[in-house]
Formats: sequence, structure tokens, C-alpha cells
Amino acid sequence: MLRFIIRRVLQIIPTIMVVALLIFVIFSVVPGTFASSLFSDGKTAADPELVARITEQFGLDKPVHVRFVSYVTDLARLDLGTSFRTRRPVLELINERMWTSLRLATAAMIFAIVIAVPLGFLAALRPGSILDTVTMVGAVSGLSLPQFWLGLLLMYLFALKLNLLPSFGYGDGSFKHLILPAVTLGVTPLALLARTTRAGVLDVLNADFVRTAHSKGLSETQVVRWHVARNALVLIITTIALLLGSLIGQAVVIEKLFAWPGIGSLLVDSVSMRDIPVVQGTILVIVMWFLVINTVVDVIYALIDPRIKQV
Amino acid sequence: MMPLLQIRNLNLGLKRAGSSYALLHDVSFDIMPGEIYGLVGESGSGKSVTSLAVIGLLKKPLQVLGGEINFRGKNLLALRRREMRAMRGRRIAMVFQEPMTALNPLATIGRQIAEMYVLHQAKNWSEAGQLAVEALASVRVPNPERRAKDYPHQMSGGLRQRVMIAMALACNPDLLIADEPTTALDVTVQAEVLKLIRELCAERGTAVLFISHDLGVIAEMCQRVGVMYAGCLVEENDTAALFANPRHEYTRGLLGALPRMGSRLEHGRQRLVDIDSVIEDRSTLTSRRFITPRQDIAAQ
Amino acid sequence: MKFGFNFILGATLTTLVILGGLLAPWLANFDPVFDADLMNAELPPDWTFWFGTDAQGRDVYSRILYGAQISLTVGIVSQVINTFIGVALGMSAAYWGGWWDDLVNGLTNVMLAIPSLIFALAVMAVLGPGLASLLIALGLTNWSWTCRIARSSTLSLKTLGYVQAAQTLGYGDVRIMFTQILPNIMGPVLVMATLGMGSAVLSEAALSFLGLGIQPPFPSWGSMLTDARQLIQLAPWTAIFPGLAIFLAVLGFNLLGDGLRDILDPHMRTRLS
Repeated sequence: MLRFIIRRVLQIIPTIMVVALLIFVIFSVVPGTFASSLFSDGKTAADPELVARITEQFGLDKPVHVRFVSYVTDLARLDLGTSFRTRRPVLELINERMWTSLRLATAAMIFAIVIAVPLGFLAALRPGSILDTVTMVGAVSGLSLPQFWLGLLLMYLFALKLNLLPSFGYGDGSFKHLILPAVTLGVTPLALLARTTRAGVLDVLNADFVRTAHSKGLSETQVVRWHVARNALVLIITTIALLLGSLIGQAVVIEKLFAWPGIGSLLVDSVSMRDIPVVQGTILVIVMWFLVINTVVDVIYALIDPRIKQV
Repeated sequence: MMPLLQIRNLNLGLKRAGSSYALLHDVSFDIMPGEIYGLVGESGSGKSVTSLAVIGLLKKPLQVLGGEINFRGKNLLALRRREMRAMRGRRIAMVFQEPMTALNPLATIGRQIAEMYVLHQAKNWSEAGQLAVEALASVRVPNPERRAKDYPHQMSGGLRQRVMIAMALACNPDLLIADEPTTALDVTVQAEVLKLIRELCAERGTAVLFISHDLGVIAEMCQRVGVMYAGCLVEENDTAALFANPRHEYTRGLLGALPRMGSRLEHGRQRLVDIDSVIEDRSTLTSRRFITPRQDIAAQ
Repeated sequence: MKFGFNFILGATLTTLVILGGLLAPWLANFDPVFDADLMNAELPPDWTFWFGTDAQGRDVYSRILYGAQISLTVGIVSQVINTFIGVALGMSAAYWGGWWDDLVNGLTNVMLAIPSLIFALAVMAVLGPGLASLLIALGLTNWSWTCRIARSSTLSLKTLGYVQAAQTLGYGDVRIMFTQILPNIMGPVLVMATLGMGSAVLSEAALSFLGLGIQPPFPSWGSMLTDARQLIQLAPWTAIFPGLAIFLAVLGFNLLGDGLRDILDPHMRTRLS
């Protein structure tokens, strides 16, 4: 088991290296001068003095391979560079906001799991029922909703009209502030998870070993608890891992919408301001987290399914 | 002696908006306590579906359209779901064809056997675990204590089938239904598993409804045989009598189609007798039943 | 039912969106960009302005019709690019195997490690805002799933008799891939492309909402929602209708994709998910 964990952890390294390379390539190979393209938005020309200063300060006029080397050596020292805008180290900026984002993401995931999984199970156990139809319709709708639109509507309804919840911000970190963003963020994962849970449970219910379980005289509840649950769990966990990717992506938009001070809104702001070091650093950190969580999920997977370790 | 299982005029089929489509036509047979009764026929003859009806595991849209299944005097078809469930595993048990998929891949086999004791004999899990090891020993699994902690994928098909048998016989049911239990196994393993079923059931006095399309296996295992064709039971006899003197033309055809050792020497070169056509499309089997050349056979 | 409920509803919605976009010049009541009279700002829906007006006095209904053009363009073009990249890489990786397969697999894994919206953001950061950059960004993001599907489908087809027959006849590799394999993998690929259109429209909406996609005054449904954000309390209709349009369009694509999947192979559901 331990060997499996170590192996999976080690697999992250080449991936993150390639991602870092990819990010560097994307941001370096741009048409025109690197610096001036940063400071012009295509409409007004950049102020030449500002451009010259930034270029010198950040060594942007050095050739690509020199920049690459310093990029890599910086990364090795866990130095993600300095923000163009605020002159502060990128790592510091990220650190301030990381836990805030994690809080939101976790809340959204928990919200999604707690509702979707039982719903999916029940829908599969009663196919064709009203619950089933409602779940399926709800799921497809949830997947088609633009999340930020839902956020806007919820904001309108609960915060502005009914005045029940704060409409934006982190506030004092109280739960009230977390609800709207977390629910908005969690809706699409909920929809997808409900759908795949239902499909997965249905598949398991049709499996031969479930027929065997019935032939042994187990009641439906016992069959579900003793045989179906664990097998369906495998598919559920796979789905959760997949969901994380889109969750992180959407979190960026939701954070901006609700003015939630996480790394998502940091990323958006930096992109608007063309603050490249921050963009690079944030993306790298986000991908890192994503890979780490995926590895954790894989390990959980191996704990549940004894067949995986053989692979 | 009272028959253990008495099936009378069992009709079974699909019922869809208005029309029904029959799969079994007035099937009737008895199984005595402790006897091994074989049900033989080609694929699609209705053997498996009969067994599922007995143990009550027919899945919609299949349903029983008429008849009785009397088990120890009680009509199983008239029982409530809870009562029928109480029968399963306890009085009527089943072994299925595919050992590779019939066991839960995520639970140890010891645990899966132990379930029987926890469920039907109100044992706690540790007692049940011990009994499970004993059950494994009874089906001659080597190293039963260690094996009990294994997962299904760590065992061969033959071993898994033994586990299935152990599970099925755990609570000493009166009737064991074996639906093609050795079809998916290697020939060498087949013989062992068949022997195991025969001996264990003889020991415990368990009756067996043995289903197979393999005449050789039937001949080896069963005391009495019923021949099924297109949802009807066309002939029934003691095994030896059936093989020696088949009365129904289909049975004759079935036996005639068997390649026999030494047939060339004894009877000169002979072609394997082929039964004309296959079981035709069932949707045509409503009022005008059989439309093929086998019409006259089935009409008997 | 061959043409299931999903398919029919999906096809209907999609057709409505397409018609809305294509016939916008005739169906719209006003010009979406230039008919901006501040005297008409923030009016609720009435007989002149069916969906009300926005902060610049523009007719929301007309803007939504023209917005369909943008959404459709983004959906279709990005998916064409996606499919092209995904199929080309996936099919060739499975067919040729070896180091090329390893390379493509590695690349796919890396792409899957980066959430697609984040990657699109990065590309937009480099290319700047606008329709063209949006198309490139979205075209470059979601090809990994199509690639996987194409690859696994090709792998199973590769061993089939007619492929080997073609090889012995001396057909070139590319020709085999195009004529023998491609037609047979189009099913799942088409399903993915349809579902991908919905995803692309959502991504475009999100990016435009963030101000990084289609720039004002062009009527992208997403950018309409950016403006609406400020107005939501005073003029909720400016937020309701664009969002509803996005929802219905994406719902249409999703249902269509699901419907196609059910028609082509009901077992695809768990495989693809």
C-alpha cells in the first residue's frame, strides 16, 4: 500500500514540471515585445517610460533561454516571482487567499455530495418514479445553468429582496457569508454527481452479484448496504475527482461575482491587469492542488477496491 | 411421500399493454425430497426462467401468468414478498452459472459466506466467520482459514463455484437450484464440482433442481430428467429410461445429435443427426403456436 | 422509442437558437448596438421593448437574438477545432502507438491536470480579449476528452478484420484512418462535440462575464450579464433574460447530446461519464 502511495505521489512531479513549462511557454511566446504587449490593451499605446522601467526591473528584455533558466531556478526555490502591480511576492499574495478559496471549495463540495449521492441512490432504487424523473430533470438543468447567473438570481432573491443573507464579500468569515457562494458553486457538481450516482447504482443493481445477494434472502436495504454501496462508491469517487477540475474553474468566476477574496478572484484580476507573474504563479498553485487532491482520491480508491493495488 | 416441490401448470411470460407473450406453457413437474431432478433443453427453452420463478427472482417485465408452485405444501406464488424472502437462502438456495461475476468483488469471500449465518441463524459476525471457514472446508477448499480472507478475484473459477455452493448450502436448504453450475468451468474442474454437489446433497438430504443443456452432465448427476422445448415440458422420466428409450421425438433428436464414442466402429460412418431448425421467433407463439417443421412434435 | 424525448426536446431548443441567430436581422426590433437611447434606459418589459432595456437604453430582446449568433459561432467553431485536434491526436496515437502514443497520452494527462476554464483564462491573458482569442482559447482547451474517446475507439477498431485487410491491400495509413476508422468513431465523437458546444457556450459566457471575452458593446449573453450585475436591483430583467437564453441554449445542446448518445448506443452513458 505504501509503495502505491509513494508511486502515485511521485507521478505528480513530471506532470507539474510539464505544466510549469507549458505556462512559461504560453506567457513568453507572444507576438510583439513582451513588455509592451503587457501594457497595451490594443487601444492605447503603452507609456514607453513605464515599459522601459518594467522591462529593466523584471529582466524582460533578456533572451528566452535566460529567462527560462531563472524561471526554473526560482521555482526550485519556491519563488513564484513578484507581482508587476503590487511589487509583492506572488507567493505571499497566494498564501493570504488560499485558505479562503479552500473554504469555499470544500463547502461547495460538501453541499453537492450530501445532496447528490443520497438523491442518486434513491432515484436508482426507484427508477421511473417521480423522484427519479425530478432528479434527472434537475440534473440536466443544473448542468446547463450558467452558475454565475444562478448566483446573480440567488443574490437578488436572498440578499437584495429578502435581505436574509449578505450579498457579497467574506465579511467576518461567518457562515452567513459562505452560504450563497457555496450553494452557487455547488449546483453544477451536484447535478453531475446526482446523475452519475444514479447511473452507477443502476449498473451495480443489474450486476450478477446483486442477484446472488437476493437469492441469499437479503432484503433490499441489506443488499444496498452490504453489496451495492461499496461498488457504487467507486464510480462516485471517480466522478468527484473529475468534478474538482470544473469546480476549481467555476470557483474563479463565482469568487469574482461574490467578491470572495480567494485566489480565484486574484487570478481574474491579474489577468485583467496583465500581471503575468501572478497569473503564472496562481495557475501553478491551482494545478498543484488539483493534482494533490486527485492523488488523495486515487489512494482512497485503492483503499476501497482491493483489485486496484494489483495494477 | 409428499413431493417437496410441485409445479402445476406454470405459465410465465411478458405482459405488455394488452398483449401477453408466453415463455412457459403449462409446465408441471414434481421433485421429491432428496432427489436430483434435471431439467434439460437447448438455450431459450425456458429452463432458467422456471428456476427463477421457483426462487421468486423473476425481473419485470417477466411475470407469472398462471399456475402454482407448491413447496412443502405452500403455494410460493401466493406468498407475500416478506414471506418469500424468508424462504430464500434458508429453504431454497441457488447457484448460478457465472462464478466470475456472481460474487461481490469488494467483499472477502469469508464475509460473503458469513452473511448467511448472520442473516438466517442470528449469529454475530465473529461466530459466523468461524462457521464460514467450516463451510469452506466442507466444500474442500484447501487452506480455508486463509482463503476466507481472500477476495473473489484472487480465486479461480472452480474455487469460486465451490464458494457459491458453500454459501448456498450454508443453512441446509431443502432445495438447491443449480443453473448450469459447471458450464463456465474447465472440463477438468467440472467433474470435481459435480461430484461435490452430488455428495454434499446426498449427505444433507438436499433436493436439487439441476439445469443444464449438457446431456452428459445430466446423465451423470440426475435421477430423473425433464426435457424442455420452447417453453413446454415435453418428456419426463428416470434418467436411465429416458436415455435408453426416449419417447418424444424431440428427445430422440436431442439424443441422436450426441456424438458418441466408438459410434464409427459400431454403426459405420454416420452423420450427426441434426434437429431441423432452431427455436423460432417466440413472438409468433401466440395462438397458432409452432409454425416450423417441428410443429407436429410440439403439438403432442 | 428511437428518437427519444431528450433528442426531440434538445433538437427543438437548438433549432430555436439557430433560427434566432440566423434570422436575427429580421426578427429583431432594434439594432443591438446602435439603437441606444439613454432616454429609454432601464425600462421594464413592455410592448415596444419585449424584454425591457438595459442601462444604455438598448433593447434586450434584440440583443439576445444577436447574442445567439455569437454563442453559436463560439460553440461551433470551438468544437470544430476541439474535435479536429482530439480526433487527429487520438486516432493517430492509437493507430501508430509507440512513442507517439506515449507523447499524446502525456500531453492529454497534462491538459487534464489543468482545469479548462483556468487554461482558457491563461490563453486569454496572453491573446487579449475578443472573439478571435476566445475561439482559439476554447478550441485549445477541451480536446482531451475527444482525444481519449477517439483513442480508445480506434484501439478497439484497430484489431478488427477490415482494418487488417486494408493494410494488406497496401492502403496507406492515413487513408485507412480516414476511410475505415474515422466513420466508425464518429458516433461517440459527435456526442462529445454536441455536449462540448454547451460547455463552450457556458465558458464563453463566463469569460465574457469576467470582462475577458467579448467586449462591449457587442451583445454576448455573458457580457450582458456583467452589466446586469450592477443593475440587478433596479432592472432585474436585464439579468433574467440573457441568463435564460444561455440556459435554454445549453440545455438544448445537452439534451441533444444525450439524445444522440441514447440513439447511438445506450451503453455509452457510463463509459463516457
